[in-house]
Amino acid sequence: MFARTPGTFRSLESANIKRQVKEAEASYELLNQQLLDLYDQLNRYRVTLVDVNGREKSLPVATLIQAWVPNSMGIPEKIIMYVKNFWTVLSAEPREANTEGGIFPAIFGTVMMVLIMSVAVVPFGVLAAVYLKEYARQGVLTQMIRIAVNNLAGVPSIVFGVFGLGFFVYAVGGTIDQLFFSEALPNPTYGTGGILWASLTLALMTVPVVIVATEEGLSAVPREYREGSLGLGATKLESLIRVVLPCAMPGILTGLILAVSRATGEVAPLMLTGVVKLAPSLPVDSFFPFVHLDRKFMHLGFHIYDVGFQSPNVEAAKPMVYVTTFILVLVVILLNMAAIALRTRMRRRYAGSAI
Amino acid sequence: MDTIKHVTNPLSSCPKTEERKTLTLVVQKLDKDLKPTAIQDPIIMPHTLSEQPAKILVENMNFNYGAVRALKNVNMKISAHKVTAFIGPSGCGKSTFLRCFNRLNDLVDGTKVEGRILLDGQDIYSPGVDVTDLRTKVGMVFQKVNPFPKSIYQNVAYGPQLQKVRKGDRLDEIVEKSLRGAGLWEEVKDRLHESALGLSGGQQQRLCIARALAVNPEVLLMDEPCSALDPISTGRIEELLHTLKEQLTVVIVTHNMQQAARVSDYTGFFLLGELIEYDDTKKIFTNPTDRRTEDYVTGRFG
Repeated sequence: MFARTPGTFRSLESANIKRQVKEAEASYELLNQQLLDLYDQLNRYRVTLVDVNGREKSLPVATLIQAWVPNSMGIPEKIIMYVKNFWTVLSAEPREANTEGGIFPAIFGTVMMVLIMSVAVVPFGVLAAVYLKEYARQGVLTQMIRIAVNNLAGVPSIVFGVFGLGFFVYAVGGTIDQLFFSEALPNPTYGTGGILWASLTLALMTVPVVIVATEEGLSAVPREYREGSLGLGATKLESLIRVVLPCAMPGILTGLILAVSRATGEVAPLMLTGVVKLAPSLPVDSFFPFVHLDRKFMHLGFHIYDVGFQSPNVEAAKPMVYVTTFILVLVVILLNMAAIALRTRMRRRYAGSAI
Repeated sequence: MDTIKHVTNPLSSCPKTEERKTLTLVVQKLDKDLKPTAIQDPIIMPHTLSEQPAKILVENMNFNYGAVRALKNVNMKISAHKVTAFIGPSGCGKSTFLRCFNRLNDLVDGTKVEGRILLDGQDIYSPGVDVTDLRTKVGMVFQKVNPFPKSIYQNVAYGPQLQKVRKGDRLDEIVEKSLRGAGLWEEVKDRLHESALGLSGGQQQRLCIARALAVNPEVLLMDEPCSALDPISTGRIEELLHTLKEQLTVVIVTHNMQQAARVSDYTGFFLLGELIEYDDTKKIFTNPTDRRTEDYVTGRFG
């Protein structure tokens, strides 16, 4: 009696599921039929175009995206047209093997990658600089570390790409997969290129810039501020957090600006750590957990390379390459301006603090 | 050229004559006379001081910057609720001495303190001392005016907040009391939340005094607090010292001898790392015992 109960339960369950499958299949057939009907309706209408020489061309209406007659348009209409087209480029997904449509996923990927990189690079750079400047005993070892940091800034970016692939993707990502995503193996989740690994690789590449700038900023904080704070009974850490670091903030932000400028235009390391020519979905969407850092992403710099030089129809892709280049430069300028605005605000707040 | 050399360096151009030998001997003898030789030496103190309670007692203190000895065998008693001034030429060690009282010299690499400094009978250089606690008891006002780049309120509240006084009535009360204590309240009460860097130099220095007062110190160290200020601001701070000494003990380093004469009860004269003379201010400026003190206060020095 007791032994049979689970069996009965299981057979009941499976019958239930079979019934559900049948219902779903029936409704699928219905919807499929509807779809075919709709396709028929769509293809029922064709448009026939005649050019000045009398040649005719017939197209299904469904394939038309836009139709306009430039010769009969006035200047305001043309301007509106340009703005609309530019907006399409900014906001739409790519079509026809990236040669048509927009580049929104590439813009989104670039900006998101730079933001993740900033979030990663600032704490690491600042902590390293604070340790080197404020806590470490100044001597041969710290001097050697400084030299090493400066050399790191000069390492070719493709080397960082290889390191990112070996360390972040295979070592760290592979371990994460084995520990947390073992049911999905052998399909990798984090053990393959993704926006997180690309961002961290770029963070590693730009951390020397932040360290150097932060050290400069810390040296510019007047000794009187430190002594004033310590003289009021603050510990070294308290004066660091409450007085010294806020005063060094413009220096830190200068470092961040330089890091962002360098990281936005970098392509080589990304090709090894997670950029793709066409990402099926954005790294942020409405499905839990909303931010998918393991996803591959598109990037403006790589998009230029891909559309301009890897595309089957180079002539058709030409306008796309130009506009992508323009937007990449625009994104760099905008990101820089945001950081500069932040720095100016900080400076105004600490005006007169000799920085 | 020859004349100039003669003026700038009279001793070197002086031939090796009897005159020079006597001169050297006099200098050596003076040195020997004034060098206290061991612990048995009495602590140098003004006679009127000996009955008063000592706030700070310095015993046989030496201070070294690496191999350089900046202070040599200083003994001193600083009495409570008085203003004590240190005078002396630049580089004589008076600022270094002052910074020993709240151990700010600890921050400089390669410094070493020998001897004892007792605050209320407790050696502040003994191993168990909490330095941050010491610095709340011994506040400091610096030569270079240094309000933090925050609002006036935040500047004064900085010290109490470190001691976990939370926002609210008590903090407001402390800020008001400290600003009143520094004679700044009437001028800034309507703009407490504006940047402290918008104040004038004299106001900023008084803000620094208020900031030091906010942690309720027992001793206030002032390192040439008026050297960057105009005479009117200086006058206000000097007035302030008279009221402040009722609550706490003030030690002030100054280059301005008139200031020392005006504000202090006792004055110590430093020269080349030694405490040459320490006595009632009146006596130091009218009838000093040591010839070097007399030369310095009358401006014949050097």
